[in-house]
Amino acid sequence: MPDGMRKTTAGTGTAMLDITDLHGFYGESHVLHGVNIDVRQGEVVTLLGRNGAGKTSTMRAIMGIMGKRTGSIRFQGHELIGMAPHRIPRLGIGYVPEERGIFSSLSVDENLALPPVVKEGGMTVPQIHALFPNLKGRGATQGTRLSGGEQQMLAIGRILRTGAGLILLDEPTEGLAPVIIEQIGVAVRALKQRGFTILLVEQNFRFAATIADRHYVMEEGHVVDMIPNDQLHANMDKLHTYLGV
Amino acid sequence: MSLQTRDTLHEGLAMRGGSPRVLLTGALLLLAVLAPYALYPVFLMKVLCFALFACAFNLLIGFAGLLSFGHAAFFGGAAYVAAHVVKEWGWAPEAGLLAATAAAGAMGLVFGLLAIRRQGIYFAMITLALSQMIFFLALQLPFTHGEDGIQAVPRGHLFGLFDLSQPLTMYYTVLAIFLGGFALIWRAVHSPFGQVLKAIRENEPRAVSLGYRTERYKLLAFVLSASLAGLAGGTKALVFQLASLTDVTWQMSGEVVLMTLLGGMGTLLGPVVGAALVVTLESYLASTSLPVPVVIGAIFVVCVLLFRRGIVGELLHRLPGTGRPRADRPRTGS
Amino acid sequence: MSQLLGIPPQALFGQLLLGLINGSFYALLSLGLAVIFGMLNVVNMAHGALYMVGAFVAWLLLTYAGVGYWGALVLAPLAVGLVGLALERTLLRRLYKVDHLYGLLLTFGLALIFEGAFRHHYGVSGQPYPIPDLLKGGTNLGFMYLPTYRGWVVAASLLVCLGTWFAIERTKLGAYLRAATENPTLVQAFGINVPVMVSLTYGFGVALAGLAGVLAAPIYQVSPMMGSNLIIVVFAVVVIGGMGSILGAIVTGLGLGLLEGLTKVFYPEASNIVVFVIMAVVLMVKPAGLFGRER
Repeated sequence: MPDGMRKTTAGTGTAMLDITDLHGFYGESHVLHGVNIDVRQGEVVTLLGRNGAGKTSTMRAIMGIMGKRTGSIRFQGHELIGMAPHRIPRLGIGYVPEERGIFSSLSVDENLALPPVVKEGGMTVPQIHALFPNLKGRGATQGTRLSGGEQQMLAIGRILRTGAGLILLDEPTEGLAPVIIEQIGVAVRALKQRGFTILLVEQNFRFAATIADRHYVMEEGHVVDMIPNDQLHANMDKLHTYLGV
Repeated sequence: MSLQTRDTLHEGLAMRGGSPRVLLTGALLLLAVLAPYALYPVFLMKVLCFALFACAFNLLIGFAGLLSFGHAAFFGGAAYVAAHVVKEWGWAPEAGLLAATAAAGAMGLVFGLLAIRRQGIYFAMITLALSQMIFFLALQLPFTHGEDGIQAVPRGHLFGLFDLSQPLTMYYTVLAIFLGGFALIWRAVHSPFGQVLKAIRENEPRAVSLGYRTERYKLLAFVLSASLAGLAGGTKALVFQLASLTDVTWQMSGEVVLMTLLGGMGTLLGPVVGAALVVTLESYLASTSLPVPVVIGAIFVVCVLLFRRGIVGELLHRLPGTGRPRADRPRTGS
Repeated sequence: MSQLLGIPPQALFGQLLLGLINGSFYALLSLGLAVIFGMLNVVNMAHGALYMVGAFVAWLLLTYAGVGYWGALVLAPLAVGLVGLALERTLLRRLYKVDHLYGLLLTFGLALIFEGAFRHHYGVSGQPYPIPDLLKGGTNLGFMYLPTYRGWVVAASLLVCLGTWFAIERTKLGAYLRAATENPTLVQAFGINVPVMVSLTYGFGVALAGLAGVLAAPIYQVSPMMGSNLIIVVFAVVVIGGMGSILGAIVTGLGLGLLEGLTKVFYPEASNIVVFVIMAVVLMVKPAGLFGRER
């Protein structure tokens, strides 16, 4: 577990995740066209972009759960392209998918315990309960009976148990009420403080601005810009054009 | 959910609308007319009966995307009906065939009403289970004579005129029946009805959202398919003068699947080719010591793994300009 | 009380016991089918053939290797499970990306091969398999005579069914299985080797069929076609119960066996088709099956 290093500017620190010229395909359709991204240890980095820009596909490419990939994805020195999909998370990458991926045939406790522990130093269940008090006392409930926000907490919580140092968070605020988004934000900041490295896909750019160090902007399957969080205000107009808001 | 099939409108006979197609059709017809002078009529009639059976089955799987695993019930059930009314009630052969077709159609209506309530593999399992019920009925009902079947069915005189005990007369009658059935299927596939079926095969929810009452179309296709399978079964009973349990077993349902798969699902000629091959193979194997089911099963496995387009489908796929290559459809939702 | 509805109780309970035994086999077989279907989306048409192979392995072990019933009870399911593993790895695996119906067709072909090959070698007549010494004899329960072996079959099947239910619904491994049934990609993205799980699931499912075959060997004779018609009834059982639930498969299997037994008492002519009639009724009333979820 990395110990609370914080990076606010690009260009320093070790690259934990280094993606170069990544192309990705679903069957015949070519969805990623040369993505370049690097994430340093302890950083929170967001992928911004419109629907269909390739943000989720980039995450799926990292996890090895998309059809064909070319280029390079290096995680702590390991090349992920060509690696069997079930080995990738074992290196210490946790995946919180879009739509949360809570299993309806599993109870809350079973959902929480499902992902295998891959590294030492993961959070304990009481620590997770402290981070997400809503999950406490709900262990026997069917996973999908939780509210959307609680399901999101469960989806994040179960990854924290595994000891993964890099967490891929795909749209954690999608469809949630503002008060719940606030809760998720608090949790993500807490994770950052604990030293987790986070790659975050967000449509909710205001949410992203409150927690991220840097922002990558994606369009049509590749990265078109990188904006450090402290230069966000200066780049507002540009960003609005990118995102079409 | 449907098996991968070919778009027959453009690829069915590969040469639609051109004079080569007319030539091909003419050549095939001539071949069919002359065939009994070169080959045993009984063998040819068996091929034609199974070809019609397979074409009827293909109407469902190839054009509506419905896998019925119980078509033996219609084929074999109708054979019993034809045999019974002709032998026990003294009906004329044409009346016997009509009765067989009608009985199979009625059975198809009942099966269809139940089976179309579920899709995909459930549809297959339901038709399979219902046809097994027909098998047990055939085993137990008195009129089917259990293991013996209905034997020595007289062929009689067609329309009181043509003596069907003459092999050639019987052959041309069977050929006419086959051609009639085939033409009906051709017509159905190329009608607006056929278009809706294809739309259902490709994407049923979309067809529903376009306002089609897809159940009705599926049911009609099922009844039509069952009736024609019944016609084939009734004809076979006249040809062989026998209706037996073999034709109502679930292995028979599987055999017609194989014929269609081997020839090419969703192609018009595929089932005919497949039926001819399987019937030929079986009569060849009968003279060897090789176990028939093992060979048939092995062909099944090979077809499913390596040869899902079937012979005619593969030919059409390779012929230039007859269609774009289409990859196997990825499975939906995993 | 010498008559129940005009039926001597001995006959009634005797048929109910037979029904319960058939029901045990239905439960074991439909359980395996349901587990396989959940994970692989394959309707395993070879299930009946592999049940037969299980019985034959027991018979072969006894005849050629002198391995008795208790050894066969372990070895035969193991052998069938290994056959299943090999089939999944070499054949079924190639079909996951195409329509599910191809899986059904492939396993149908496999069923033909297995049954055809055994019939070619051993003929259609059955081979007797003796009841093990420990389970010979029976007990008079007062209202009926209970042959020990038949009691054992019911008890053993129930135990295996409930054990399977427990393993799937209450253990960590079962949680993996349930999760992978729902969303294999995500489970893979958590670091679990799903392809291996799929192979093991198929192996386990058919091993249950093999086990049923061994249990059946002393009751029915060991014959190449013993699974051929049985499996269709099991399909009907699965349609009636719905594929959704493990417990549903067990309960439906036992219930329909009993019902078949009752039909044998009151209207024997219909006993072969009663399950199919019930299937038709259930389809009209609740198309997804008694325990199934519409999808």
